[in-house]
Amino acid sequence: MDSRRSSRAVIDPKVRQVGFFTSAPLPPDRTQSDPPDPIRSPPLADASSPGNSLSPVMIPPPRHPSDSLLRLPHSPSDAFPPPSPTTTTTSLGDFSDDVTAASSPPPAAARVRGRGSSVKQQGAASSFPGGGFEVPPSVKAPSSVPASGLTTVSVVKLPPGISENAGGSVSVEVQSDRALNSKPLKEKTSKAERRAIQEAQRAAKAAAKAEGIKTPAVTALANAKSAKSTKPSPQRNDSAVVVAASEKKGGDRSVEKDRKKDVPHPRMQYDDKSRVQKLKKRSVVKPTEARNRVELFRHLPQYEHGTQLPVLQSKFFQLDTLHPAVYKVGLQYLSGDICGGNARCIAMLQAFQEAIRDYSTPPAKTLSRDLTAKISSYVSFLIDCRPLSVSMGNAIRFLKSQIAKIPISLSESEAKATLHSDIERFINEKIILADRVIVKHAVTKIRDGDVLLTYGSSSAVEMILQHAHELGKQFRVVIVDSRPKHEGKLLLRRLVRKGLSCTYTHINAISYIMHEVTRVFLGASSVLSNGTVYSRVGTACVAMVAYGFHIPVLVCCEAYKFHERVQLDSICSNELGDPDSISKVPGREDINHLDGWDKSENLQLLNLIYDATPSDYVSLIITDYGMIPPTSVPVIVREYGRGQLWIYEECDPLASPGRCSDAVFFVDGLIFYPSQHLVLSFWFPDRPPSGLNNDLLERSDNFVTVAENGNFTNFEL
Amino acid sequence: MDFQVVVLAGGTSKKLVPLVSKEVPKALLPVANRPVLSYVLEQLELSNIKDLIVVVEGADAALCVGGWISAAYVDRLHVEVATVPEDVGTAGALRAIAHHLTAKDVLVVSGDLVSDVPPGAVTAAHRRHDAVVTAMICSVPVSGLSEAGSSGAKDKTKKPGRYNIIGMDPTKQFLLHIATGAELEKDTRIRKSILRAVGQMDIRADLMDAHMYAFNRSVLQEVLDQKDKFQSLKQDVLPYLVRSQLKSEILINGAPQGQQAKENGNDKVSYRILANASTPSFHELYALGPNGSAPVRRTHKCCVYIASNSKYCVRLNSIQAFMDINRDVIGEANHLSGYNFSAQNNIIHPSAELGSKTTVGPHCMLGEGSQMGDKCSVKRSVIGRHCRIGSNVKVVNSVVMNHVTIGDGCSIQGSVICSNAQLQERVALKDCQVGLGYVVSAGCEYKGESLARKEK
Repeated sequence: MDSRRSSRAVIDPKVRQVGFFTSAPLPPDRTQSDPPDPIRSPPLADASSPGNSLSPVMIPPPRHPSDSLLRLPHSPSDAFPPPSPTTTTTSLGDFSDDVTAASSPPPAAARVRGRGSSVKQQGAASSFPGGGFEVPPSVKAPSSVPASGLTTVSVVKLPPGISENAGGSVSVEVQSDRALNSKPLKEKTSKAERRAIQEAQRAAKAAAKAEGIKTPAVTALANAKSAKSTKPSPQRNDSAVVVAASEKKGGDRSVEKDRKKDVPHPRMQYDDKSRVQKLKKRSVVKPTEARNRVELFRHLPQYEHGTQLPVLQSKFFQLDTLHPAVYKVGLQYLSGDICGGNARCIAMLQAFQEAIRDYSTPPAKTLSRDLTAKISSYVSFLIDCRPLSVSMGNAIRFLKSQIAKIPISLSESEAKATLHSDIERFINEKIILADRVIVKHAVTKIRDGDVLLTYGSSSAVEMILQHAHELGKQFRVVIVDSRPKHEGKLLLRRLVRKGLSCTYTHINAISYIMHEVTRVFLGASSVLSNGTVYSRVGTACVAMVAYGFHIPVLVCCEAYKFHERVQLDSICSNELGDPDSISKVPGREDINHLDGWDKSENLQLLNLIYDATPSDYVSLIITDYGMIPPTSVPVIVREYGRGQLWIYEECDPLASPGRCSDAVFFVDGLIFYPSQHLVLSFWFPDRPPSGLNNDLLERSDNFVTVAENGNFTNFEL
Repeated sequence: MDFQVVVLAGGTSKKLVPLVSKEVPKALLPVANRPVLSYVLEQLELSNIKDLIVVVEGADAALCVGGWISAAYVDRLHVEVATVPEDVGTAGALRAIAHHLTAKDVLVVSGDLVSDVPPGAVTAAHRRHDAVVTAMICSVPVSGLSEAGSSGAKDKTKKPGRYNIIGMDPTKQFLLHIATGAELEKDTRIRKSILRAVGQMDIRADLMDAHMYAFNRSVLQEVLDQKDKFQSLKQDVLPYLVRSQLKSEILINGAPQGQQAKENGNDKVSYRILANASTPSFHELYALGPNGSAPVRRTHKCCVYIASNSKYCVRLNSIQAFMDINRDVIGEANHLSGYNFSAQNNIIHPSAELGSKTTVGPHCMLGEGSQMGDKCSVKRSVIGRHCRIGSNVKVVNSVVMNHVTIGDGCSIQGSVICSNAQLQERVALKDCQVGLGYVVSAGCEYKGESLARKEK
C-alpha cells in the first residue's frame, strides 16, 4: 500500500509520515494540514488568520461566562416580525436571470417581549396553605367544562444558580464550567488591574511596531483579528469599548490570545488523552468512546454508536441555554436525519436565524459580543453532535464576521433584522444561486447521447441532471452507489420519477460500467486549495477509474465549500461512521459472521465517511465562479478567504457593467476584478481574453471555456 | 426549550377504592412511604423542569395535593395547581387549562406514572420529527406476585392482559395504530391507506401506552376545541390523531411541511435541498403528488418513544398495580425510591423500634417511629410511619400505611391496610384491602375482600 502511494510525485514522503505516526505523544506537525507557511508571507497570513482558517475543525472557544447564566427568553410568536426585505429583481445578463437583491429591510419596529408574565397572572395566584381554590369565573372556557385557574403552590425563590445547585447532580458540568469561567471576574483586585494595563500597553507597543502605522494602539490590541488596514470607523468605536471590557476581565488574557494567534491551532487529535479528557468535560453529549479503533485513524473521534442519541435525548430539558431550533438540528445531525453538505449548512443557518430572532441582549452586554459567544456555544454543541463540514465552517465564519461588523449604534431589532437578512442572503447567494450558476455551466457540458455517471447523491448534480432533462437533452444516467448508506437510491427514485433513464449499480461494478460512460459528474463536500476534492468515500475510486478510462471528471462544488487547507490524503482529516453499519447487512440476517466480533481485540472495523480525490483525477471543477481546473482553486480561496461576501449586485460586472468595467475575463470562466483589488489582477492585468494561461490549459486537457464579454465558448481539445 | 409540562394528577379514582378517599386522593397514595406523585415530580425535577402545572380533579383533592406540594417542593419547583371538576376525563382536564398553555409543545404526564425514563427522551423524539404527538410506550409490566403466583385471585389473573394493540412502522418511530381497552372487544380496524403508505406494520400486544405524551400545543388545542366529545387523551385524542395522520384535518400553523415553503423560488429550492438530503418518511412520500411535485396531501406525524426494557415504567392504576409498584420500588427498582438500603437490603428507620426475635427481611421498609412487638416477621412489605404492631404478627407481601394499629397474633398476606386502620387481635387477612380508619374486630378472617367504612 505504501509503495503504491509513494510513487505519486505530488507527495513528499516526509510529510506523509507525520500522518501515520498518530500514536506519537506529540500532536502532529501542523504543517501537513495547514496552508504552507502562512507566517512568511504577510498578505496571505492576514487572509488566513489562524483563528479563522481552521475554525471548521477547531475546538470552539470556551463558553462565555454569561451564557450559562442567562436563560433564553423564548418569545416564539412575537419576537419580531419576519423582516420582509423588499426584493428587487435585477437581470444579470447571461449568468443568472433572477437574482434577488437582498436589500436591508426597512428598520422594522420590532417588539421584543419576554414571555415571563403569561401564566401566573391569569390564575388566582394565591399561595398555599390557606389559599382559596375558587375557580376564577371570568376566564372563558372553550367548552362546557369550566375553565380552571391555576394556583401557585410552590415557587422557586432562589436565584437560578443556587436552585440548580439544590437540584442535585443534574447540572454539575454547567456549574463547574461556570465556576471556571467566573474566576477571573472575581479576582478583580487592584493589582490585577494594574497588571492588565501594563500588559495592554506592552502588547499595544508590540502591535504598533508590527504594523508600523500609527493606528491607535488600543485598537490594534483589542482584536487582532479585525485589525486589518481597511477598517470602517464605526468598528473602531466598537473595539474601543471592547478594550475596556477586556481590560476589566484581565488584560493578560489578550496578550496570550495574541501569542496564540501566531500559531494556528492544531486540529484536535483524539489520540491525545489529556485533550480528549478536557473535551469530554466540556462536551454536552458525553459520548462513550469506541474501543477498537483502527490504528491509523486514532486521531479522529469515534464513539460507540448509539450511545450519543439517548444521552442527548435525556438531556433535553437540561440544555436550556440552547435554542430549541439548534437542538433540533443537532439531533437531526446526530441521528443522521440530515446529511449532505448543503442541507446541513442550510439547516444550521436556518436554526441560527431562529435563534437570533428569539435573542435579546442581556443587560450590560453588547449584542455583537454576547451573540458571538452564544453562536459559539451553539456551534460547539453541533460539533458534539457531528463534526462540522467545511461548508458549515465557512458559513459560521461568515456569520461571525457579520455579527462583528454590526455597528454598535444599531438598535437591537435592527441588528437582528440585518443578521437575519444576511443569513438569508448567504443561503440564497452562496448555495441556491451558486447551484443555479453551476447548473447553467454544467448543462453546457451535456450533449445528446451522453452517458453521465454520478456517484452517491449530490444536490448540485441532481439539479444539473434535472435541468438538462428539462432542456430536452437526450442522455442516460448511471448512478453508482455504495454501502452502507445507499444514498443513490433516493436520487435514483427522484430521477426516475422525473422520467430520466437511469442505470443503477454499485461501486463494485465501476470498472465495467465505465466503458459506456462519457462524462462523470461528482459532488464534493469540500475542495481544498491543492485541488484535492474531499467528498463522500468512494468518490476517489470513481474518479480514478474514470481517469484510467480517459473520461472527464467534472466536480460540481459551490465556492463556499472551498477551503484553504491542503490535504494530501484522507487520513489526517476525516470522519468515522458507525462501524456496525458495515459489518451488518440490513435485510440479510443470515450474514452474521461478524456478530459479537466487535469486542474482539483482533478486529478493527473502519467506516470512513470521506475520502480525498487527488487533483490529478479531476478534469474540471464547476463552481459558481465558473469552470476551473483544480489548480485554480487557490485563486478562488484567496478571493473568497478575504471574508468578503461576494454580493452579486455589488461587484458582478454582468449585473452592473458600469461599475466594474475593468473586469478581466479569463479562461475557464473566471472573472477577475482589478478594481476590487482582488489578488488575481497581477496575472494578466488588462489583457484581452485571448491571453490564455498555459499552465491552466495543461491541466484541463479535455476542454476549455473562454469567456468573452459574458459569452462563453467551449473549446474541446 | 419551549415546552410546558402538565401533570395530570387525577382525583379519587374509582378503581382504587378503598385505598383512596377524600383525604387521600390517588396522587397521594404512598409508594414506599412517599406519595406516588412525588415520583413523577422528582423525575421531572431531575430533568431540570422547574415549571409545572398539576391538574387535580375535585376541589378537595386539589386542596390536599396542593398542600402537600407546597410543603414538599417549596423552593424547588414552581408548581401551579389547577382544579377541574371530577369526571371530565383527561381530555376535559386539558381543555379546562388550555388557555394557560402557551409554549410550542406540551408534555402531558400522568401523575400515577412511576418510571425512570427521562421525559427528555420523549420530547426529543417529538422535536426531532416535528411530530404532532409523541407517545411513550413501554412493555406491559409483569403483574402479580412473581413467586407466589398462585395466590393471586381470579380477577387478578385476568387483569394483566389489558390488551393493548400498538402498530408501528418498521423503524419503530411512528405510531400507526393504537387500540386500548374497550375497543378491543370489537374487531380491530386498520386504515388501508396507512398500511399501503407504510408497506409494513409491526403490531405489538406486549406494549402499552405509558401516558406520557408530547403534544404540539396548537394541534392539541384545536382537537380539543373541535371534538368536544373527546373525554380521554388515551382513548379518544391519541387514536384520533393516529387514525387521521394521512389525511390530516388539522391546520398546523407554522407547519414544518410543504405548505408554507413555496412562496418564492429560493425558499422552495432550499426546502427541496433539505428534503432531498433526508430519508423521507412515509408521510412525506404519501403527501407527494403522483408525479413527485409539490405535496398535495396534508399529513401529520405521530411518533412513539419506546422505553427500553431496562427502564422501569409502570402506572399505578389498579390495586394490583399499587401492590406491584410498592414491591418493586423497594425491590428490583429500588433506585427509584431514593432511600439508602441497608446491608440487609431493607430500610428500617432509625427511630423504629423492634421487639426481640422480630425479623425484617430483605426488600422491606419500616417507617419512622413504628413499633413492633416480639416475634414478628415482615417479608417484602412496606410499613408506614408510626404504626403500632403487636407481638407475633406476620406481614407478608403487604402494604401497611401510616398510623395503623395491629394487634397481637395477626397474619397479613398480600393486603393493603390504609392509614389509621385498626386490626384487633388474631385477625387473618389474605388479599384484602382495609380502608381508611376501618376497624377489623378481633379474630376475623377475611380472604380477598375489600373492607371499608360506609361513606354517607
